[in-house]
Order: sequence, then structure tokens, then C-alpha cells
Amino acid sequence: MMDFAALIQLLDSTVRLATPLLLACLAGLYSERSGVFDIGLEGKMLIAAFASAAAAAATGSVWLGLLAGIFASLMLAGLHGLASITFRGNQLISGVAINFLASGLTVLLGQKWFGLGGRTPSLEGAARFEPITLPFAGSLAPVPVLGPIYSELISGHSILVYVAIALVPASAWLLYRTRFGLRLRAVGENPAAVDTAGVSVTGIRYAAVAITGILCGLAGAYLSTALAAGFGREMTAGKGFIALAALIFAKWRPWYALAACMLFGLLEAVSIRYQSIDLGFVMIPVQFTQALPYILTVVILAGFIGKAVPPRAGGEPYVKER
Amino acid sequence: MGGADISGRQASAAPFAIELRGISKAFGPVQANKDISIQVAKGSIHGIIGENGAGKSTLMSILYGFYKADAGEIVIDGRVTSIPDSQSAIRAGIGMVFQHFKLVQNFTVLENVILGAEEGGMLAPSLAKARKVLADLAREYELDVDPDALIEDLSVGHQQRVEILKALYRQADILILDEPTGVLTPAEADHLFRILKGLRDQGKTIILITHKLREIMETTDTVSVMRRGTMVATVRTAETSPEELAELMVGRKVLLQVEKKPATPGQTVLEVENLRVRDPQGVERLKGISLTIRAGEILGIAGVAGNGQSELLEVLGGIARGTGTIRLNGRELDLTGRHSDGQSRRADGIAHVPEDRQVLGLIMDFTAWENVAFGYHHAPEYQKSALLMDNDAIRADCEKKMATFDVRPPIPTLAAKNFSGGNQQKIVVAREIERNPDLLLVGQPTRGVDIGAIEFIHKQIVALRDAGKAVLLVSVELDEIMSLADRIAVMFDGRIMGERLPDQTNERELGLLMAGVSGEAA
Repeated sequence: MMDFAALIQLLDSTVRLATPLLLACLAGLYSERSGVFDIGLEGKMLIAAFASAAAAAATGSVWLGLLAGIFASLMLAGLHGLASITFRGNQLISGVAINFLASGLTVLLGQKWFGLGGRTPSLEGAARFEPITLPFAGSLAPVPVLGPIYSELISGHSILVYVAIALVPASAWLLYRTRFGLRLRAVGENPAAVDTAGVSVTGIRYAAVAITGILCGLAGAYLSTALAAGFGREMTAGKGFIALAALIFAKWRPWYALAACMLFGLLEAVSIRYQSIDLGFVMIPVQFTQALPYILTVVILAGFIGKAVPPRAGGEPYVKER
Repeated sequence: MGGADISGRQASAAPFAIELRGISKAFGPVQANKDISIQVAKGSIHGIIGENGAGKSTLMSILYGFYKADAGEIVIDGRVTSIPDSQSAIRAGIGMVFQHFKLVQNFTVLENVILGAEEGGMLAPSLAKARKVLADLAREYELDVDPDALIEDLSVGHQQRVEILKALYRQADILILDEPTGVLTPAEADHLFRILKGLRDQGKTIILITHKLREIMETTDTVSVMRRGTMVATVRTAETSPEELAELMVGRKVLLQVEKKPATPGQTVLEVENLRVRDPQGVERLKGISLTIRAGEILGIAGVAGNGQSELLEVLGGIARGTGTIRLNGRELDLTGRHSDGQSRRADGIAHVPEDRQVLGLIMDFTAWENVAFGYHHAPEYQKSALLMDNDAIRADCEKKMATFDVRPPIPTLAAKNFSGGNQQKIVVAREIERNPDLLLVGQPTRGVDIGAIEFIHKQIVALRDAGKAVLLVSVELDEIMSLADRIAVMFDGRIMGERLPDQTNERELGLLMAGVSGEAA
């Protein structure tokens, strides 16, 4: 059986692996709550991961890297906004195009600039986000049970992990307590109601898509400058889609998103740590654990565990009617 | 003709709440509004009446900043005002209640009311203020709704009140209502008009857009009539009559009363016994319906929408399944098995004009001729061979039906969505009636249909009856039931509350039955 230290380690890596999912999931939440579906989370994360690593490698500053990542992701978000809000294009197709664009562009530019087969040089020191040790982590470590939980599980993550978790209550507050949140949710449900109230549908949707861009930028930067030490081609490896699945699983709500991402992060941590799980009477293959997020999402969509109702105006460009 | 200018009497008083001067608007080659001028007195209810497509909605959209007029000016409270967007309209004191409500379904009433009119970045103060304002408005105008209810849990009548509250919360002085009673029960409509009169008495100006003559006659002070993009007359309501208004609207004499001979019922065509239907959630929607219809007879089903009329039509039409007995010409029909579908019912001789033509009656993106064939696309005259349909034959048939039913424009290749509501309905009615069914099921035959088409559709239904067919007519328009039906059955909560003869009852008695007050008490 698993001992306590192994459990702490497993949960510790759960938090690490869940962070990019959570950032991307919250990113998608803003866009989709405003009625703009976004399957380009993956592409935006990827380009942000590349831009962060490249800029950090060139300047030696992870903060400049972070800015570059956010900027790159914002550019793609702007493209998606232009296609789906201003030109009323098909949001799914725009998202697919963005994924392809990011996939090709990162490899092309990576090879041209660094000549390492699409990778960026390894990042060290100030070019990477280092773990932060919270106060008293060392002195509290010997305390039984609570000590390891505090010093290993809670302490010792990079700043972006804490940012991601802080974004959950912040998003809930923004969505449900502020004017911007009310309008954002309204525009995803019935844009005509917002329009006839004299508020710009386009403006709100662009704002939402921009927030999505920024958060995807954080997610990408975390991947290449905190979780890993540099960019590798296709390093997002479907995390954008898992985040999308988590968003549905979470029924487009911030606190549920935290839970969904932690669950999916745990599944990923388990599948990395254990090749297959022996329950004694049956072996669970690792592929099953990896596929579980998608299976759970299908189950949720089918309405077995409470129905997931997407924003009613989601996916539809707003055309003003009489 | 009655067009006596009302401005003469009002000129000395305060300026008009709204004055439109020479408004014109064209969409491509279509002139939707031509040189429209009206003056709406402050503190009055002003009706704007006209057929579908007469340009009423365009005019109101210009007033609310959705369209920019090509020419003309808008004068509000004596000042020329430009209204480039909805924001400016709201600032100018104009509130609009759209035919299709602009509400966020999963928001509360309060959230909907403050949306776009919030004060400051945080919601809590705005919500608190709105709660207080709503309580005041509820007291003042009978506009009570639960501020914390979700819109999707409210009845249509209450949703409409929320729309009115939204406008009043924004301190609108001029309230425009576009076809407000289309979805309301008679009682809800009466309540609405009481509210509107209360608002007028407090000095608000109301513009009521409708095509229902009765509403105009009962509620408005003055009425403007539009026809094909022009304003043909503005008259005092007290000095006009429904007949005159109808003639102004249509441009010719219109019969408002359906002309029909007494029915000469023959043998029983439809016998329904103890019919029960459950919806997918397991709720019983029909709780043991029994009725009969004889040949050459129209049975009208009155009732507030949602009391089982839709389910009755659906189970008779083969769309829904139920238990009980349905006999057509003495033969029992399959209620649950392989032959309980629309196709089999049509083969049995039941034609169905469904309640919602845009959902069940037509495929809006398909052409008129394709729609004319639906449901009868297996008919031998539509087949070229065992595998191929004879599209030319269908198109020719469509052209013929369009001529008979005066569908405009008579173009079979036009998509269904490009016809007006009345012409869409004529296409459906033509398809079903021309098959010469033994039993015709008709749901809301004239919902959203203009007055000229209503007259025509009513005539067709009566003609079918006179040809010795049985007709089951479901309508929420009591007028329609009263004038068409030979017998009236009132439905409430999945049951038939009672049957009456149209010449031995009145709206009050039927209204009580519709509200579930049993026949004996009424």
C-alpha cells in the first residue's frame, strides 16, 4: 500500500500538473461564458510556452519571458476575436486554425532561431520560475502529518501555482459580484438583452477573449519556464483539450473548475507515477487513467451527473436583429 | 375619412412626447418606411396598427436606434433628437418592450433589471436599489413580480412585466410595446392593459404596436394606421370603428365576422375516450380526455396555453404517444405501436396544421415546394420512379396551391423563411387541406398572421367543414374559437372542464372555465 510520504508526493505533483490545466480552464471560462467558444486554448498555450522560453533564453529574465508569452497568446486571442466576433466566422474553425498555426509557427521559429530541432535552449537560474519556500516550511517539516503537508504540498511551488489558485476566488468574485461579470454572463446567454440595454456586445466579448489570452499566456509560460526548463515541440500535448474537458466537467464555474482540474491533474500524476495499477483482481492499464478525463467529460455531457448546460448563446456570432 | 388631424386640439398644450417628421427608410429596393410623420401626445396611449410587413417594426427600430433613417427627424419633447444607438434611445427616455423578450433566462428578475443600468462596478448597491425601486413600482402599477425569481421560472405574462420594469427602472417616459399580447392569455392581456392605463394616468406615453383591432379599440386614445410603408391615417379611437380601421389597414373592405351557415353534423368521425399522455419527465399532461367530433362540424378547444392542448394535438397527430382509445370513422387507431406516427395518421386521413409552424410545420431553410411535399412525399403523384421523386410535379403542384391559397409571392423556389408569417401559414394550410382529410387538426391557425390572411384561412376551415369534414380547432384566441367553432370544449390542467355552444355562452363563462372554475359553479 501507499505510504504517507508517497501520497504527499503524489498530491504535490498533482498540484504541479493541475496548474496549467487550471489556468487554461479559467481562460476558457471567460471566453465561453461570453459566448465565444474556444478550442484554441491548446494553440495559445503552445505559442505562449514557446515565446516565454525563447524570450527567457534570450534575455535571461523569466519575467520578460512571461510578458512575451502573454503577448504571443494575446495576439492569437485577438485573431480569434477578429474571426469570431468582428467577422462572425465559425468559432470552431477559427480555433482549429489557431491550433495549427501555433503548432507550425513554434517549430518553424524555434528551428530558425535556435537550431535545436524546435527546442529552445535549457533555462537556468533567473530564466526560470523557481519554487518559493513559504515561511517556516523548514522548521515545521518535522511536525507529524501537518508538517509534510505544509512544507511539501503547500510550500515549494512556483509563483504561478499560487497565482492560478488565487485566480479561482478572484474569477468567482468578478463573475458574480461585479458589473463586468454580470454583463459577461449575460452576453453569453442572451446578447440581445445586453445590446438592447445599450451595452456593446462586441466590447464585452473582446474583453473576455483578451482575458482568455492573458490566462493562456500564464499557462504556457508555466509549462516551459516553471514545470520544464525550456520549450519542446508540441509540449502542451493536449493539455488545452483536457482543460476544455475540465471546463465542461466544471459546468463553466470557477470553483468547480478548481475541483475538475485537480481531479484531472491527479489522474495525470497517477498515470506518470504508476504504469498500471494492480487492484489485485484486475489490472488497470495506464491508458485507461489517461483517457479517464475524456470519459468523465462524456459522462457529464450525457447528463448522468447533473446536466452541464453550456452558455446558451455560445458558438453563435451575434447579429443584431430588429 | 376620419383622418381629422388631432394636432389642432393638442397644439396649444404641451409639446408632443414624440413627433416623427418625414421618416424614410429603404432596405435595398424595398421602401420599408415612406415619409412617415406622426405626433404622439404626452400622456396618451397611441396605437400603431398595420398588417405584417407594413413597416411598423422598422419604424420602431428607428426610434430605438437599431436602424438609422435615410431621411426625416425625430423630435422628443419638442427637441430634435438623434438616436444613433439604443443607449441614446434610453437616454432620451424611450423604453421598448419587444415582442420576443430580451431577457437572460437564467438570471434573476433583479439582475435582468439592472443589466446595463448598473451603478458603479460592484453589483450589490445596484441590486439593493433595484429591489427598492421594484417594490415601489409594484405598489404603484400592479407590476408585482418576485425580484429573486429566475426568468425561466416565470410565466410569459410575468416575463413581460419584467420587460416593462426594465424600461421604468431606466426612467422611460415613453414606452413602446411591440405586439405585447401575442403570447398572453386573455386575463394576462387585461392585466397588461390595466397596467398601461395606470402608466398613462401617471403621465407616461405609451405606443402600442399591434395588429389586433380589439386591443386598439379598447385601450388606445389615438391610432395611426400603416399600410405598405406609409402612414395612411391617424384618427381618434373614439371616432372610428374596427371596420374602418381594418379597411384602412388592408386597403379594401374586410369581413371581421366569419360568415358561416349553421352546421349540419353527420356521422361521428372522431371518438376519443379516456386519452392520457405523459411528457418525457413523467408528468401527466392529458388526464383522461374524452370527446367526439362529427362530420361537418368544428370543435373548438379553448384554454390558456399549456393546459394540454398541444399534447392533444400531438397525440392525435401521431407525434406523441399515449394511452386510451382513438377511433376514426369507427376504426381504432394505434396509440403506442408501429402505426402511431405522423405518416400513419396522414394515411388514416388525419391532416395536421401544427401550432408552431416554424418548428413543426415547415423547414424554414427549405424551399416552398419542398415544404409543400413534406409528409406527403410518398404520394404516388410525386414519384417519377421507384427511387426518384418527380420534383417538377411537386413544383407544379406547389404553384397550383400557391395560386389557390393566394400565397405571396407565388414563387415555389423561395425558402420558407422568406415568406411572411401569414404566407408561411397559408403554405402549411394549403398542404394539409388540399389532401382532403376526414379530420383536420388545426393549432393556433392565425398566430402571427395578418388580418387579410386570417380572413382567408378562416374561410378555408369553414369550407372544409361545409364539405362534410371534421375539424378540431385549438386556439388561445377566444374570439377565433367563438366565431369559428360549432361546439366549444374548454381545457384546463389536462382535462375538459366543460362543453358549450357558442351562441349559448359568453367570454366570461368561458374565461372562468379556462381558469379551472368548474362548469356548475360558472
